[in-house]
Amino acid sequence: MKKNQLITRREALITGITSVGGLLLTGCSKKLPPTYGNILRMGDALTYAAQTGLLSRESLVKEYSHKDISSFPAINTTNPCDPSKPNPNEKYQQLLRNGFADWRLSIEGHVARPGSYSLADLKRFPSRTQITKHTCEEGWSAIAEWTGVPLGRVLDGAGILPTARFVSFYTYDDWADSIDMLDAMHPQTILAYGMNGRDLPVPHGAPLRLRVERQLGYKSLKYLERIVVTEEFDDGGEKGTIQNGWSWYAGI
Amino acid sequence: MATPAQRPAQKLKTGHSRWVRISHWIVTVSFLALSFSGVIILMAHPRLYWGEVGNDLTPALIELPISRNYKHGGWENGNAFFSAANSPVSANRTFAIFNKNGWGRSLHFLAAWFFVLTGLLYLIAGILTSHFLCHIVPRRAELKPQSFWRDLKDHARLRIRAGTGGPHYGPLQKCVYFSVVFLVLPLMVVTGLAMSPAVTSGYPFLSGMFGGSQSARTIHFFAFVTLMLFLFVHVVMVIKSGFKRQIRAMTLGK
Repeated sequence: MKKNQLITRREALITGITSVGGLLLTGCSKKLPPTYGNILRMGDALTYAAQTGLLSRESLVKEYSHKDISSFPAINTTNPCDPSKPNPNEKYQQLLRNGFADWRLSIEGHVARPGSYSLADLKRFPSRTQITKHTCEEGWSAIAEWTGVPLGRVLDGAGILPTARFVSFYTYDDWADSIDMLDAMHPQTILAYGMNGRDLPVPHGAPLRLRVERQLGYKSLKYLERIVVTEEFDDGGEKGTIQNGWSWYAGI
Repeated sequence: MATPAQRPAQKLKTGHSRWVRISHWIVTVSFLALSFSGVIILMAHPRLYWGEVGNDLTPALIELPISRNYKHGGWENGNAFFSAANSPVSANRTFAIFNKNGWGRSLHFLAAWFFVLTGLLYLIAGILTSHFLCHIVPRRAELKPQSFWRDLKDHARLRIRAGTGGPHYGPLQKCVYFSVVFLVLPLMVVTGLAMSPAVTSGYPFLSGMFGGSQSARTIHFFAFVTLMLFLFVHVVMVIKSGFKRQIRAMTLGK
């Protein structure tokens, strides 16, 4: 019987003690995001622990009505193959020229059936449309309608292995970031191919972007290329968004 | 138990309690860190709005002339989302904005943890030791217009009594401390939480009660301005009432 309990008291105690230990020994914890021995990361880790511990894993963000849709700035990369920018992405340029007919999203890592998906494949999944608020780390916000497939459905389709703990994303504009399984399986975490009733425009991440509604906008990566389900945390190397000093967890 | 009549007289002899002194300085340091990082964060987007959302493509309530981001141009390829005349639009930003929010935000929240946890302990201790009842909550007699106005006039003319080095506060002082401890600082915390996408997903009333998270951001800013005014007046009063003695009393006790 005891085996069937989700968390036993002893496990809860051990988890609690190791979590606190993780906060003190920054960078050593496996349960928490990396802290790199940086004092600032201690606050981030505490916020992550407090919010994942105190908030319901199922809590949904507010969804708005069509009349609430607002103007929406496109910032940072607004076109990965912009010739006026350094390192325009030629592969993206070819995909764009073909209207993304040859675009495929690769799903790898700790899944039973790794593979790649075309836009048509993703559109065959049951879709979800949500009108939500994008909160930018700069201080502004905007409301838009997003249409796409819940990430959890795609991952379930690929067969998540029990060892999986994080989902990493790699993009055509050379970003990398990851989220935990709680956010990956959240019903409002979607891979969006539509915005405000049309195909996702290039400045907003065509053909596919991530929406992680319970975190700041920078976690909702644009121009998705590759998804990797991992057991260990991967900081994304040089391309990782945390490399510019941003907190890995941005529920704020 | 001392009777209410005896209590103030007894307390007059004592300096600040140890827990008051410790929490005062932890809050001071975290407040300064929060203020500094808060301004850095605001500089990334020095526009304030009212309502649920606001951005460079929507009208601002106030634009603050701080950082090069103030009224920057640099928008191209404007596109309407819908065919209606007043449709919301999208535009691409071409301007390289000032943005130090990486460390700015992490410092803000690290300091916020110190502030909130110390603040909670302070509130509990203040209730349990009757510190609030004895020293912070103004008495009815002190709020009589006559004595209150006299106190206000004395402060306006900078006629400040020498400090006692303990929690023996005047009527105006009590009113200000009461407002800061029970109104402005909690408002700061609640408006801060009202800007969090994760927290408001669990507790939507937090932003709802302010009419949206951008309204909460604007209130957060004005509460900060109020606290800055408080800090200025507080420091002036400490100087006028005997700087060395007051600092020693708040650090080492008597």
